[in-house]
Amino acid sequence: MEISKAELASAAAAAANSKSSIVPELRGAEILIKALQAENVQYVWGYPGGAVLHIYDAFYKQDTIQHVLVRHEQAAVHAADGYARATGEVGVALVTSGPGVTNAVTGIATAYMDSIPMVIITGQVPTHAIGLDAFQECDTVGITRPIVKHNFLVKDARDMADIMKKAFHIARSGRPGPVVVDIPKDVSFKKVPYKGYPTSVEMRSYNPVRKGHGGQIRKALQLLLAAKRPYIYTGGGVLLSNASAELRTLVDMLGYPCTNTLMGLGAYPASDRKFLGMLGMHGTIEANNAMQNCDVLLAVGARFDDRVIGNPKHFAQNERKIIHIDIDPSSISKRVKVDIPIVGDVKEVLNELIAMIKESAVKPDANALGAWWDTIEGWRARQCLKYDHGKGDVIKPQFVVETLWNMTKDGDTYITSDVGQHQMWAAQYYRFDQPRRWINSGGLGTMGVGIPYAMGIKLAKPDSEVFCITGEGSVQMCIQELSTCLQYNTPIKVISLNNRYLGMVRQWQEVEYEGRYSHSYMDALPNFVKLAEAYGHVGMLIERPEDVEPALREARRLKDRTVFMDFRTDPTENVFPMVQAGKGITEMLLGSEDL
Amino acid sequence: MRYRATGEGGEKRRLEFMKHIIAVLLENEPGALSRVVGLFSARGYNIESLTVAPTEDPSLSRMTLQTNGSDDVIEQITKHLNRLIEVVKVVDLTEGAYIERELMIVKVRAVGKEREEMKRMADIFRGRVIDVTDKSYTIELTGDQAKNDAFLQAIETDAILETVRTGASGIGRGERVLRV
Repeated sequence: MEISKAELASAAAAAANSKSSIVPELRGAEILIKALQAENVQYVWGYPGGAVLHIYDAFYKQDTIQHVLVRHEQAAVHAADGYARATGEVGVALVTSGPGVTNAVTGIATAYMDSIPMVIITGQVPTHAIGLDAFQECDTVGITRPIVKHNFLVKDARDMADIMKKAFHIARSGRPGPVVVDIPKDVSFKKVPYKGYPTSVEMRSYNPVRKGHGGQIRKALQLLLAAKRPYIYTGGGVLLSNASAELRTLVDMLGYPCTNTLMGLGAYPASDRKFLGMLGMHGTIEANNAMQNCDVLLAVGARFDDRVIGNPKHFAQNERKIIHIDIDPSSISKRVKVDIPIVGDVKEVLNELIAMIKESAVKPDANALGAWWDTIEGWRARQCLKYDHGKGDVIKPQFVVETLWNMTKDGDTYITSDVGQHQMWAAQYYRFDQPRRWINSGGLGTMGVGIPYAMGIKLAKPDSEVFCITGEGSVQMCIQELSTCLQYNTPIKVISLNNRYLGMVRQWQEVEYEGRYSHSYMDALPNFVKLAEAYGHVGMLIERPEDVEPALREARRLKDRTVFMDFRTDPTENVFPMVQAGKGITEMLLGSEDL
Repeated sequence: MRYRATGEGGEKRRLEFMKHIIAVLLENEPGALSRVVGLFSARGYNIESLTVAPTEDPSLSRMTLQTNGSDDVIEQITKHLNRLIEVVKVVDLTEGAYIERELMIVKVRAVGKEREEMKRMADIFRGRVIDVTDKSYTIELTGDQAKNDAFLQAIETDAILETVRTGASGIGRGERVLRV
């Protein structure tokens, strides 16, 4: 960091020198490095290629930013994305033109769907070759346009500093999102006068609001305090806004029940009684029933997506007033009509709401609230997450997650997941008490994110334990990154719940397609233990329930090693509760007896 | 079914298919237009017509978009337009009084006694003949789209050789002004 400060000082000195008409000339690539240093970027995940060679040469000549060489561009973006999710900083990835960009597309779309602040730097063929179908050319700005918050093509090295400043500003402000900066090879090579990195950014077309409308907040307060059956439903926006403490204060002051979406887990402590569990397609009975039956719903940084409210017609059958706090106006009244919209940063709005509650003479209706809690406790008493442990001869996937939670709940732990059944079991059975500890692809549902997410987090949080809960299907989509984990010494623990099926697909085929298991069984799986060993790591095969805890204990003991745990789990286990596609969120299947 | 008055003539249309004319000020930068068009195709919104050109301030372009949809859809369209980084201002002109004009150029067959009739029709619709051959007229018309539609219906369909329309441009009535 000292060097970075020195760099800043030299930039400032350069700016001062400019008065005496000595403006240093720098290459576009060098200005790019200066910009990354000024933005305090510590890590860049990337993969070199022809169009970014000048940029890589500039990386070689500096030592403040660590570059991590991944094994596939998709993983570069995922790793930077995971880093951003865990730290709240802007994640940075660097890829070359053409296939480098198209490989990165899945990663960019994943970050876009979950509103993750990122800057993705892409190489481009030289400006004179653009449009001529040059080697490794693709229309990066065109291809990425629908999956970015914004993108830039740097046509002139003199614009580099300004564009980078704007890119970081856009990525992290308002509703965050990925920004792509496409840099042609001649632009990174060209020497131009460099007057220093801009200290501020002015954009007449982009001024996101932060403060909520006072009148709207006051109206929301009246509605909240008059509620008989209130419910607080929060999503990823609370985490993005770093407003977990405010949410906790609000819920504690009011004593109202609270639920988190898949993206919002950890915003409110899962071990608190006021938390009803995750809601939605695989939500708890109490969380979904409260959603359907509440009379006032406070939605905070959540977007009523199809996996949360199920069939919108069924959801609308019960009348309720809805207050919606979100920084993005286009998220409000998109799928569900809202009564009191509040556009603003979640943290600022919650702080204002809390201040008003403190001043308010009106208090929540204790009798009504008591009756509402009795109803909720009735739902909770059904213990919908209880599962059949079987005869003890086969490992239940839920048991692995539960065991891990029991062992690590008091520790400094991050959990990443891939996408499928294991993701839902992790969300249901690992109880997240802190924000930014549950890292998964909620919106796009991208298989293969688990290992790259984990290695991105481990680099930023070397003292924390990072577990990747995955399945034998998902893990093979980015398994090559085990090699990166060795090179950069990011020891992660991979917990593969191996049921030999693409489990979630198999589950849907069982429920909706009368058990026609079309191409969901994976034959010819690799020997994961040997595979882990081939990558230079430790592999473990766990086949019996009594070995689950000792295996996890041993893996944790091997602090400095990446460990791949191949848990052979019950191949036919399903995720319950389950709301089938097109059904209302209270029309749940609770177990195999409902099938 | 709900109805609402719209447009200059106070004509009534079904709300579900109500016509909206949206004016957009955006940065005059390459790619800005494709972001707007991409938004409409990605989210399944209709574009009936779209015109765009730089304003008196060359750093800004002004776009007039004609679309249709329910109130909910139009609300989402304006929100999503505003969300685009390069969009500076968005106004749904149909929310107030506004003026709409479209330029249409029609090439028509004009032989024999049709020749006189065609000239008369053009005069009635305040069109101008801007090119002449011994077999055809090329007629220029401006007006709202309903007027241009009416002209095409008034003349014989077989006589129309070619039509080109710019799509609607719109501006608010009175002192209502859209600028940065």
